[in-house]
Amino acid sequence: MAGKAQVPGLMKGLGVTFKTLTKTMTPKRMGGGANTVQYPHEKEAPTTRARGVIALREDNCTVCMLCARSCPDWCIYIEGHKELAPPRRAGGAPRKVNKVDRFDIDYALCMYCGICVEVCPFDALFWSPEYEYSEPRIADLLHDKDKLGEWMETVPEAPELEVGADKKGKK
Amino acid sequence: MIGADIPYWAESLLRVLGGTVAVLLPAGTIVYLFLFKMMSFMQSRLGPMEAGPYGSMQLFAEVGKWLQKEDIQPQKADKRIFKMAPLIVLVSTFLLVAVVPFGPDAYFTNFDAGVFYMLAVSSISTLGILIAGWSSANKYSLLGGLRAAGQLIAYELPMVLAVLGVVIQAGTMNMQGIVVAQNSGEMFGWDGLGNPYILTQFIGFVIFMIAVQAELTQTPFDMPIAESELVSGYMTEYSGFRFLIFFIAEFATAGVFALIASVLFLGGWGVPFSWFGWHSIDDVDNWMNVGGPLIMLTKMLVLTFLIMWIRFSYPRFREDQLQRFAWKLLIPLALVNIMVTAILKVVF
Repeated sequence: MAGKAQVPGLMKGLGVTFKTLTKTMTPKRMGGGANTVQYPHEKEAPTTRARGVIALREDNCTVCMLCARSCPDWCIYIEGHKELAPPRRAGGAPRKVNKVDRFDIDYALCMYCGICVEVCPFDALFWSPEYEYSEPRIADLLHDKDKLGEWMETVPEAPELEVGADKKGKK
Repeated sequence: MIGADIPYWAESLLRVLGGTVAVLLPAGTIVYLFLFKMMSFMQSRLGPMEAGPYGSMQLFAEVGKWLQKEDIQPQKADKRIFKMAPLIVLVSTFLLVAVVPFGPDAYFTNFDAGVFYMLAVSSISTLGILIAGWSSANKYSLLGGLRAAGQLIAYELPMVLAVLGVVIQAGTMNMQGIVVAQNSGEMFGWDGLGNPYILTQFIGFVIFMIAVQAELTQTPFDMPIAESELVSGYMTEYSGFRFLIFFIAEFATAGVFALIASVLFLGGWGVPFSWFGWHSIDDVDNWMNVGGPLIMLTKMLVLTFLIMWIRFSYPRFREDQLQRFAWKLLIPLALVNIMVTAILKVVF
């Protein structure tokens, strides 16, 4: 039961709780305070690459549907149309480009797996650390491309590539 | 009760009010100060912060919430007994506070078998818990109730035996007498501190506090309400108002046991009589009737801090460890303590 070897451990346990008690009761400016953040009153700064919400750069999207098809719970809805854009070189034929009419993500369904961000070949989808987008009605969690575009502003710069890394993909 | 001449009905009313305050005030203080705040701080949280400044009104919010809830009984429950059980537990708390002296004249009752009475009524709560578990018609409740009964019986004994040491040393079972004996006592001819029994009866004090911890089913001894295996033990089927009564009873009893421990071991309401040149209880000034309760409250907070600190730090005993701890360690230790105390009492 309470053998001799266990007694220091029991005392140590009491010490841990007491130390945490005094640390939490010390004012914040003196290095104390709780580990928790009083959320609505003070905001927590998420880490820069936190996966808060998925943002869309509309110009890069080609309506290829890869994201919608790879989404495990089918929460991305895309519609688009073809448009004629001016030719690249003078005298060339006009190019056919795909334009997004609708790009909705239902955040009531989204499980933040990030497969769509991974799979996008044209760098149109990004993770944003923004997290304050809750809605009182569940149907309002379906956010359209304008809203997803607004979140682009909060997306942090991509980190520098490591030395010697081969830069692939679009510039 | 008070020196002034007041009619019997007024005195009775005062006693009822005083008893309610003496039970509910410690309970509220303990729940807010220790359960809400200290536990949170020990886990590096802040606890309730929204209701009132620093969440001080949280308790009223909780009580309001419980009062709104539906009073549910299981279909197969023994309805009348089921409804009675929490009240029996609470009654035991009120009966306990009756013998605690708060000052030279501030007490509810003062009679010679005070300690005996205290030990007797403290086991009424066991009865309430047992019938709560039995009448719920639920296997978790039944197991919890039986475990509680087994545990409370096992720890009632060391508690009785630990108190015996104090009774032998004080030479009286009167709670007021024990307070006086401690404060008018002297240690080796020096009376500057009186003779608080925590010094001479330290083993008894430790055993008593462990037994209290177990009687209250606070954490290292919370097998009866082990939430990870028994949902909530004997409280599983209770909701709303009746759960609230169980809850109040738990923490009020913690407060009352802390009061009793401070009477038995820490000198109770008194200050060492030699400080003011008092010689017996008749010399004690009247202001002690106000100062005494405050001293008692302070001592109670210190002791409940200990109880709660241990509660928030340690994991739970297994059922067999718990029984072995009581029967094989605490009871023999308490018996040795009694023998040594008795021998020393005769020698000196």
